[in-house]
Amino acid sequence: MSKFRKGGKKGMPAISTASLPDIVFMLLFFFMVTTVMRETTLFVDVLTPKATEIKKMEKKSLVSYIYIGSPVKRMQASYGSAARIQLNDAFAEVSEIQEFIATEREARDEKEIPYMTTSIKADETVRMGIITDVKQELRKANALKINYSTRKGDY
Amino acid sequence: MASSRRGLPEINAGSMADIAFLLLIFFLVTTTMDVDTGIARKLPPMPEEELQEEDPQIHAKNIYVVLINTNNQLLVEGELMDISQLRDGAKEFIDNNGRDANSSENPEKAIISLQNDRGTEYMTYIRVQNELAAAYNELRNKAAFNKFGERYANLNKTQKKEIRKMYPQKISEAEPKNIGGDS
Repeated sequence: MSKFRKGGKKGMPAISTASLPDIVFMLLFFFMVTTVMRETTLFVDVLTPKATEIKKMEKKSLVSYIYIGSPVKRMQASYGSAARIQLNDAFAEVSEIQEFIATEREARDEKEIPYMTTSIKADETVRMGIITDVKQELRKANALKINYSTRKGDY
Repeated sequence: MASSRRGLPEINAGSMADIAFLLLIFFLVTTTMDVDTGIARKLPPMPEEELQEEDPQIHAKNIYVVLINTNNQLLVEGELMDISQLRDGAKEFIDNNGRDANSSENPEKAIISLQNDRGTEYMTYIRVQNELAAAYNELRNKAAFNKFGERYANLNKTQKKEIRKMYPQKISEAEPKNIGGDS
């Protein structure tokens, strides 16, 4: 009898938390690897149009983004509300696109250049005029692979 | 023996979890999980200096003309059309195979010509692009089912190539013109 009663005094042993850091580290590494830092601050409002026939964009490192939309509220005092182009971290004119593509190309490996894509992230209310201008500039810069950024959704 | 055991006190690892949690929360907050999606298109290269005449081998009946004006209205083959009908219209045109004498001869020769105005809304333009892409995708899916009994997306590379050859996606965009005035 005493053989069994001996343990009764101790009650439940504390659960070992020694492996807790390991679990947390595992999660941490997962998020570190999958994370994509937001590299640009948007100065323009962009709500991309909806589409159903969409494809996922591969190789994010080979994508350069062109944002088109009207400036955000706090910028409207100095820039107005007409649609503008944003490249990297600043507003840009249509004529600066060729230069932008050239710098993007310089940053990449030479053999990756044919796979580079330009993603046009334009607001759904933007008029086609500005987009046509951008497309013409891209053609001049010989950046022919483009992607119209869209949301998934039906009309 | 006893002295060596006393030597260095063990470092307390209890706060390690806290530090790891802190980092974890930082990465959780900064992470953006959204995948970029979109409609992929290829722009035509810039034309040579001297403008070449349109290839005379393309018959007018093999071209499906889609015009979008400033008011986001569609003119398809000379007739006003609602966007919701565009998909079926395009499918009928591409898959005509010479049944209708005024429509395309076969899917390989069919070309969709898209022209928009500077004042057209981007949303409408994308919708039209989407509908045209959907028309091709539906035809490809149908062909893939008939031939291989699988959806187009599930085919392997050579099978996809074969289907793509049957239904090449030829969407041509005209050189920009300013028809309805800028807005």
